[in-house]
Amino acid sequence: MFDTALTMADLGFLAQGAAMTLAVTVVSVIAGTVLGIVFGVIRNQAGTYWSLPLTFLLDIFRSVPLLIQLVLGNALQSILKLGWAPFTTSCVVLSLYTAAYCTEIVRGGISSVPPTTRRAARSLGLTWWQDMRYIVAPLATRVSLPAWIGLTLGVMKDSALVLWLGLIELLRASQILVTRLQEPLFILLICGAIYFIISFPIARLGGYLERRWSND
Amino acid sequence: MFSYTFHWNQAFKALPQMLEGALVTLQIAILSMAIGLAVALALTLFRMSGNRILSGFATAWVEIARNTPALFQIYMAHFGLGNFGIHLSPYTALLVGIAFNNAGYLAENFRGALKAIPETQTRAGRSLGMTSLQAFRYIVLPQMLRVAFLPATNQMVWAILMTSLGVTVGMNTDLAGITQELNARSFRTFEFFALAAVIYYLIAKAVTLAARLAATRMFRY
Repeated sequence: MFDTALTMADLGFLAQGAAMTLAVTVVSVIAGTVLGIVFGVIRNQAGTYWSLPLTFLLDIFRSVPLLIQLVLGNALQSILKLGWAPFTTSCVVLSLYTAAYCTEIVRGGISSVPPTTRRAARSLGLTWWQDMRYIVAPLATRVSLPAWIGLTLGVMKDSALVLWLGLIELLRASQILVTRLQEPLFILLICGAIYFIISFPIARLGGYLERRWSND
Repeated sequence: MFSYTFHWNQAFKALPQMLEGALVTLQIAILSMAIGLAVALALTLFRMSGNRILSGFATAWVEIARNTPALFQIYMAHFGLGNFGIHLSPYTALLVGIAFNNAGYLAENFRGALKAIPETQTRAGRSLGMTSLQAFRYIVLPQMLRVAFLPATNQMVWAILMTSLGVTVGMNTDLAGITQELNARSFRTFEFFALAAVIYYLIAKAVTLAARLAATRMFRY
């Protein structure tokens, strides 16, 4: 009834692509989150006025298409003769992109902690660092985690764009198979299903945490 | 260490061409947003209808749109539909892909906005003799759009950024496509794409600003 030229080896090729997608995502999200936390704390400490340059810089990453950022990043690394592999360039650009969004999430989380709570902590003799570590971090995480999960999934989906730099991730892998087997719909459906299977359960978890942890 | 000479004048010479591309970009974004809003409204009604098939269809649409990459959706429109003998031009494929994506995200926004409106209002409307459609149209919808306006603005910015994906399916009339063509002719990648980035940035900021001004005018009590 239905026959296809798709072999097990081809499925393995798709799985390799999916592994590449996940690798780029994991590296970028980890680096981006660390940067985002640092920038978020800086923005919160410095106040609106003094963090204006940082705000502007990070806003650029959210207002310019990721594809353009990737091309620019790649051009820049070749201008500076850094000799980065496409994987490195992709991860660096995606990390900065992630950091730009993560900063907003972290900032939102920190400012959701009532100032009175923090003042209470400080007047009990906690240092700034202890206040951050034992008071702000646990409370802010509750507020920020659902948004952060959403961001992670967003980066996972956006990581498809790294195919433009020649990296063979999931979508590029399926495109290669389409070119060879001429069965675009079937192969793209498999590709979409893989994305969906990765993304959907985590999205559900995020929604659950958001409901479970909301204060009302 | 730094032996590259920038040739910015080449990029500036191409500016009129790129601005024309920017208009196409804006056009696709606005069209996809209009289609997306209409479809999202329909999906929201489907989900409220209580009909199993309709709400299942709407849920499937929303979940697929939100859990697969936008680029995948555009590929689907461009390559995937070929299996049914539907061959879309890059322009149409891009428009369909982004509209599909917009509809999914906007429908989710609408659902969130609906939650903010107490059900008692609908019941009050019904007890005043309105039909359920009238109650939705005159009581729920205006409030829902008010709550959903800001997220919809963000979606509009997203739509603008997403138009750049058209270049991967051979689009050559929008800003990213024209930039890529200029780049292919001269290999001044950094200069051309930096200029394109500035134009994208300005468009995104202009849209955000316009939406904010419109919001303060429209949503005054």
